[in-house]
Amino acid sequence: MFHPKILVSLLLLILPVVVLVGFSEVMGVRLIDRIATTLCINLILVLGLQVFMGNSGILSFAHIAFMGIGAYTSGVLSMPLQMKSMALPDLYQVMVAIEISPFAGIIVGGIAAALVSAVVSYPLMRLSDAAAVITSFALLMVLHTIMIHWNAVTNGPRTLFGVQSATTLPIAAVAAILMIVVAMMFKESRAGILLRAVRDDEVAAGAIGANVSRLRWQGFVLSALMAGIGGGVWAHFITSFSPQAFYLKETFVILGMLVIGGAATVSGAVFGTFAVTALFEGLRATENAINIAGIFSKTLVGLTEVVLALSMIGILILRPGGIVGDREVGAMPVIRKFFRIR
Amino acid sequence: MLGSVIQFTVDALSLGSLYALMALGLVMIYGILRLVNFAYGELIMVAGYTLYLLDGTALPWLVMATVAVIMAILTGLATELVAFRPVRAKSVTAVLITSFAFSTLLQNAALLFISPRARLVPLPDIFTQTMEIAGVIIPLRNLLTIVCSILLLVLFAVILKRTVLGIALRAAASHFTMARMLGVPANLVISIAFAISGLLAGVVALFWFGRIGSVVPGIGLEPLLVAFIATVIGGMRSLLGAVVGGFLLAFVDISLNYLLPQNLLQFRDAFTFSMVILLLLFRPQGLVAGPATGQRT
Repeated sequence: MFHPKILVSLLLLILPVVVLVGFSEVMGVRLIDRIATTLCINLILVLGLQVFMGNSGILSFAHIAFMGIGAYTSGVLSMPLQMKSMALPDLYQVMVAIEISPFAGIIVGGIAAALVSAVVSYPLMRLSDAAAVITSFALLMVLHTIMIHWNAVTNGPRTLFGVQSATTLPIAAVAAILMIVVAMMFKESRAGILLRAVRDDEVAAGAIGANVSRLRWQGFVLSALMAGIGGGVWAHFITSFSPQAFYLKETFVILGMLVIGGAATVSGAVFGTFAVTALFEGLRATENAINIAGIFSKTLVGLTEVVLALSMIGILILRPGGIVGDREVGAMPVIRKFFRIR
Repeated sequence: MLGSVIQFTVDALSLGSLYALMALGLVMIYGILRLVNFAYGELIMVAGYTLYLLDGTALPWLVMATVAVIMAILTGLATELVAFRPVRAKSVTAVLITSFAFSTLLQNAALLFISPRARLVPLPDIFTQTMEIAGVIIPLRNLLTIVCSILLLVLFAVILKRTVLGIALRAAASHFTMARMLGVPANLVISIAFAISGLLAGVVALFWFGRIGSVVPGIGLEPLLVAFIATVIGGMRSLLGAVVGGFLLAFVDISLNYLLPQNLLQFRDAFTFSMVILLLLFRPQGLVAGPATGQRT
């Protein structure tokens, strides 16, 4: 089905996730479990962003908003009846009656995000470069404003409590592994290859018959589907959240992971997620240690973001393609030699 | 009746002239580099914190204001050096990401080194005084905003039309490669564009803080969004368009404030941003078309 180098890439990308789960289960420490689960969820989101951004070359700010759609859809639909009347007193009658399992909710959340993106993004995909980025930024603003003010469903700007807890580390890891396979399959599919051709030369690809806006649209909808699923998985892990969770700060973290790893490849997305998570946890520990020791007169905030921002700028200056670059791990000379792939 | 007409006009004009200056600062850079500077709002933040840090010194307010504007200009130049120059020749996406990263960097530096909480900005007495025209009370700062902005716009127009610098800037905006071949130094022109952008942001900051009175690390987002909408409405390529867009946006905003019922008013941003998306789709050049497109290098 696939070229051996792609199979090897898949194997080498799934391996760290499996090792991570194994390590966490063996250790049995709650903190490690939480970090590993967050990593898997971020991995889903980064892979979703990679599907669109990596293959089309267009920066999308709206991604996190689709995560929000997935999170709210899944969280509200799977909320127990008695909880609904407390957490969301103004909820529509139709939705009050519905109660589905969290896993069905995650799927429905993904589909909801995909449907919204399919409708709103179709006309936007004609735009390239700066205009495309501004519209995606505007889309984030529109969706964010709606999330903040749609009291009946999202509890407005306040925190939504009482979402069922269902996500465990193995579930998040299975979802992440699935997304690795989906992202790689899309990249190697006909649509994925054509979309990458459009990225490299829009005019030439159009001239050989690639339907530019349709291809971008396919990538965007798949990306939104993945973000929606990621949002659902996250909602059932964190169990209470507000619209602020789906805004510029989260966008920055996800974008940072993808850019540092390398947006062009699935390997880059996976590597970036692991590397940035390691960096973040290291910094957070340092921040906490400094705060507890009371070296400075006030508590330290924002150090992690400062370091992430500096590393992003540094990577883009020194290695614009990210650390991994434009080759999947299975296509790297060392790995090819090791597995004897021609 | 006359009173409310005056009230409306002064409100719309003072907000509009601020919006116009904000939009102009963003378009200065977009016009030449075809790139959006996501760190634009942080120039206003920097000016605000400069004022806050200078509070308590014996300096007169005008000196503090001048220092704040200079800091905004320096930050604009720093943005160019850090986020634009090293990646300018690479991809559009790379520059957008570096400017977004630089914006986050500045915001979190403010969080880290100053405080997450709001800080008061010193303001001169004239900003809090009011005067009465035809029975309506009008804050003096609104009139001051209008006068200063119009002076700045006129000065700016004269520089762009009459001086060598202005001609070089406009040449670079219309066809960058050709301008370079004719001896316009690329780096210098781009740096000057960023300095002007910083100057505009600095002046805007003085009046913006005159309205809201305090500074927080996330203060830059709203001006950035305003500048975004105004430039898209007016035309991303045209300096006149940015000014028109700024005034138009303020007019629409103030009208919506008067007209929309409370429960819809909260969705105002969703309406304005949907308008941005529709405009980019159906009239991507904006209301005022700019010079013919040229290639960026």
